Amino acid sequence: MLNIIKSGFFTTVQDTGRFGFRDKGVPVAGAMDSYTVSKLNSLLENVEDCAVLEITMTGPKLEFELDTYIVTGGAEMSVTLNDLAIENYKVYKVKSGDVLSYGKLIKGFRAYLGIKDGFRTASVLGSRSFYKPITEQDCIKKMSGLPYTECKMFGPKISKLKVDSILNKGQLEVYKGPEYELLTDKQLAQIFYKEFSVANENNRMAYQFNETIEGNTFSMLTSATLPGTIQLTPAGKLIILMKDGQTTGGYPRILQLSDMAISILSQNKSGDLIHFKLK
Amino acid sequence: MNSFNISVRQFGVHAILVEWPNEVEETILLEILQFIEYLRKNHLDEKEWEYVPAYNSLTLICKDTVLDFDYFKPKIKEWYTKKGKVEPVTRYLWRLPVCYDPKFGLDLEEISEKLGMSIDIVTDLHAQSMYTVYGIGFLPGFMYLGGVPEALEIPRKSTPRSKVPMGSVGLAGKQTGIYPQDSPGGWNIIGKCPVPMFDLKKEKPCFVKVGDKIQFYPISMAEYQLHKIESEVGIYKLEKKVLDA
Repeated sequence: MLNIIKSGFFTTVQDTGRFGFRDKGVPVAGAMDSYTVSKLNSLLENVEDCAVLEITMTGPKLEFELDTYIVTGGAEMSVTLNDLAIENYKVYKVKSGDVLSYGKLIKGFRAYLGIKDGFRTASVLGSRSFYKPITEQDCIKKMSGLPYTECKMFGPKISKLKVDSILNKGQLEVYKGPEYELLTDKQLAQIFYKEFSVANENNRMAYQFNETIEGNTFSMLTSATLPGTIQLTPAGKLIILMKDGQTTGGYPRILQLSDMAISILSQNKSGDLIHFKLK
Repeated sequence: MNSFNISVRQFGVHAILVEWPNEVEETILLEILQFIEYLRKNHLDEKEWEYVPAYNSLTLICKDTVLDFDYFKPKIKEWYTKKGKVEPVTRYLWRLPVCYDPKFGLDLEEISEKLGMSIDIVTDLHAQSMYTVYGIGFLPGFMYLGGVPEALEIPRKSTPRSKVPMGSVGLAGKQTGIYPQDSPGGWNIIGKCPVPMFDLKKEKPCFVKVGDKIQFYPISMAEYQLHKIESEVGIYKLEKKVLDA
C-alpha cells in the first residue's frame, strides 16, 4: 500500500482511460496530460495503461509500505523523498517507510507520479481512472491507501530522461470541428487573433475562458463530443471539453484540439493565457 | 436501397462523423442502427471502434489510430450504398415505473399552473405516451427521449438546480428523461423512477440502447419504496417487450 498522509487539493488515479462505453454516456476519463504519463510509464518500462497519480495544484504526502521504483513528471513542484529534493523524469528506488512529499507548485498545473507496474486500484469497465459514480471515489482521501505491487530489483535502461517541456506553453493546435463552417469572418478573427485567459471554471470536465466571442444561435441536434472538442454557446462562450467531459452535446463543435494540445491545456490554470492555431 | 443522403466529416484525428438529414425522425434512427450493425459485422471491428449514435448522427471513434480520412471518406459512402437490406436490430420497449408523488415531483405544481392543467392530467399525459431513445449522453445512462406530447412542452427552468436527486424524471421542451445520478440540472421534475439507469452491479450496466422505446407507468409511494429495495438487492425484474421491426 501507498499510505496517504495528506491528499493534496485534487489527486486522482488515472490511466489511458475507459473505452467502449461512450454510447452509454460514460466519459473516457484518463490522464489529462497523456503526453507526460506516457513518458513516465516508458521510463519505468511499464505497459502503457499502467495507472499513475494525477496531482492537481497542490500535492499529497505519501508513505510507501513496499519497495518499488517511482518517477515524477508534468508540472514542476518541489518534491522531496525523505526530505531530499528529487527531480522530474528520473527513476528513484524507494524503500518501505520512505515518505514522498509535495511542496510548492512552481510551473504547470498537473504533476504525475508513476510507479513500477502501476497503481492497482479497482478496474471498473476496463479502467482504473477515477470518475464518480463509475468508481467509488472521485479523488484520493487522507488516511486511506493505494495498492501497488512490490518490486525489489529493477535496472531501468534509461534512468533519466530529457523531456521537451510542454509547461508554460500557450499555443493550442486545433483542427476544424464539424460545425466550423458556421463561423463568420468576425468570429474567426475573434478566435484566431485574440488571446484567451483561462477562467476559474477549469477542471477535468471542461475548460472555459474569461473572454467571449460573438455568440451563435444555430440550433443543432445533440451529437457526440470528444475530449478536446471546443463548443460555442449562444452567449459566445468557448467550452473545451476535457477527459471527463460529457459524451454528447448540443452546441456547435467549432474546433477540435490535437492530442498534444489537450496535454498542453491541462498544464494551464486560471489566468494563464492561450491562443489557438489552426493545423 | 438507401433513401437518405449522408455526409461524412472528419472530427479530429481519431473520429469520423456521419450525418443524416437534420431531423428528429425514427426512420433515420433505424437507418443509423442498421448501418452500425453492417459496419460492425463487415468492416469496422468493435474491438477497435466505438459507435456513438444520436438523433441524426453516428460518430465512429478509433482511439489509438490517427485515421486516414482520405481513405475512409469514400469508403464509408461506398459501404453505406452497399449496405442494402440488413437484418433489423432487435429493439425493446421498456416499461418503467414512476412515482408522481409531489414529494418527488418537485415542479408539478408550477408546471400545472404554467400549462393550465391539473397535476393529474400532466402525469396522465406523461405516462400515456411512448418515447423513443434518440441518444444516451450527458451522464452515464442519461437517455434523450423524444415523443413528448405537445401539451407538455415546457421550457427548462430559468435557474437550474444545483442538485437534482438520482432517479428524478424531468421535462424540458420536446424532451423527457431520467437523471441517472445526482447531478445539477435545469429540467422540470415531475416524479421519480426507482430503477437505476446505470448499475455497475449488472453485467450490462445500462440496459437501454439508442433506438429502444420507453413507457412510464404510475406507481404509489409504497410501490416506489418496494421497487427501490428490489433494485438495490438486485431482484427487481425489468419489464421489456420486443418491438416489431
